[in-house]
Amino acid sequence: MIEINNISKSFKGKQVLFNISGTFFKGKNNLIIGSSGTGKSVLLKNIVGLFTPDLGDVKYNERSFINGSEQDRKQIRREIGMLFQGGALFDSKNIEENVKFPLDILTDFPEDEKIDRVNFCLERVGLVNINKKMPSEISGGMKKRVGIARAIVNKPNYLFCDEPNSGLDPQTGIKIDNLIKEITSEYLITTIIVTHDMNSVIEMGDHIMFLLEGKKLWEGTNDEITKSDIKELNDFVFATQLMKQMYLR
Amino acid sequence: MRSLGKYVIFMGSLFTRRETFSTYIRLITQECINVGYNSLFIVGIVSVFMGAVTTIQTAFNLVSPFIPDYVISLVVRDMAILELSPTIIAIIFAGKVGSSIAGELGTMRITEQIDALEVMGINASSYLVLPKVIACVVMYPMLVILSIFLILLGGYFAGTLTGILSSVDYLYGIRYEFIEFNITFAVIKALVFSFLIASISSYKGFFTTGGSLEVGKASTSAVTNSCIAVLLADYALAQLLMG
Repeated sequence: MIEINNISKSFKGKQVLFNISGTFFKGKNNLIIGSSGTGKSVLLKNIVGLFTPDLGDVKYNERSFINGSEQDRKQIRREIGMLFQGGALFDSKNIEENVKFPLDILTDFPEDEKIDRVNFCLERVGLVNINKKMPSEISGGMKKRVGIARAIVNKPNYLFCDEPNSGLDPQTGIKIDNLIKEITSEYLITTIIVTHDMNSVIEMGDHIMFLLEGKKLWEGTNDEITKSDIKELNDFVFATQLMKQMYLR
Repeated sequence: MRSLGKYVIFMGSLFTRRETFSTYIRLITQECINVGYNSLFIVGIVSVFMGAVTTIQTAFNLVSPFIPDYVISLVVRDMAILELSPTIIAIIFAGKVGSSIAGELGTMRITEQIDALEVMGINASSYLVLPKVIACVVMYPMLVILSIFLILLGGYFAGTLTGILSSVDYLYGIRYEFIEFNITFAVIKALVFSFLIASISSYKGFFTTGGSLEVGKASTSAVTNSCIAVLLADYALAQLLMG
């Protein structure tokens, strides 16, 4: 479980996040949604420690990430896996080396054990026989899958996904969503996903936080989201004709 | 002043939360190949031609019959050791290696590869930059020594093949009143310049924000700032060690 308390963040005097609090649950797909530029990715980066919040705290199973010791932070980081928007694969390494990288850095497993684990994770995300390919030789969807394999290779307790299906066709996007959903329940991971894709929200949103202009406006489940009477949330959810036809008949 | 402060903090961050020694050995070896071995061709070509041109131009300017021929190679030798090899090659090194470092780190930054390292708990500046700085500081002095040799070799061929001076005069000139400290001075310059080029280029690349346009700008800025820093350091070292 991850708790965030009163997270505020500003850049060059411009406040981007305003006192955001909330809880993200273990074994659930916790979604942070909102329109572009509303602070979703900034919130995620504050949670994983890429940004330090101006105010507030982030707790991983009661362990403070912001105010804790360096040792605590190091331990928490070892338990984190993250899928970035573009995959963030290392250009200079092949697929196998990319997935193996966290094991090389964070563990002292024997080499053959590492390779077995890499192959297992690549197979788990549906990729075989691409170990020696370079990131530039594979498609965007495959890069996301490799990114997921790299994120889960060290058996994380927490998985973070920044817009996992952005830039993908709907079918591939759904496959990636399903993969994250399966992995979350299979390994009982606390997963936080930043997205503005309504299909993901409806399909996998066990727990959803809606942000608007840096403030938390709503929190609930995917069943509740379509029944809300908050105008801003409805404007976001029913922005497309398809959603209107499905839920507002 | 803010940039200078940020640069100093950045350099300090290279030595905190380091990885294992074996990790650095592997990375430094790879970087030595990138910055050293891969620069051999350009350094070699430039050095040979600089030696040849310097010999011909020095001979063209020393027209007095009272000046012996061996002075030509003496001038070429001192120019090579004191300025051409450490400084001019540093400018070329900044253009080749500096822009490459800034471009690589800038691209890693905008494609979130640096963020990926940080999320894994790796000190990205130490992991990515320290090996580059060490590799430059190790390899550049060697390139300078090689460059001095190639300048003298280029000068020898240009001088003797065109009949400007004889082989005997050339070899006499490059040994005449040789000051050993000049080599030490060249190596000191090489160490300082390589550190400046690697660290400034890394700094520019590491803090790139935006997109591909900004990576290009960071690369250009890395070369410009490195060249200015090299020239300022060149003057300061000349004043300090020879003034």
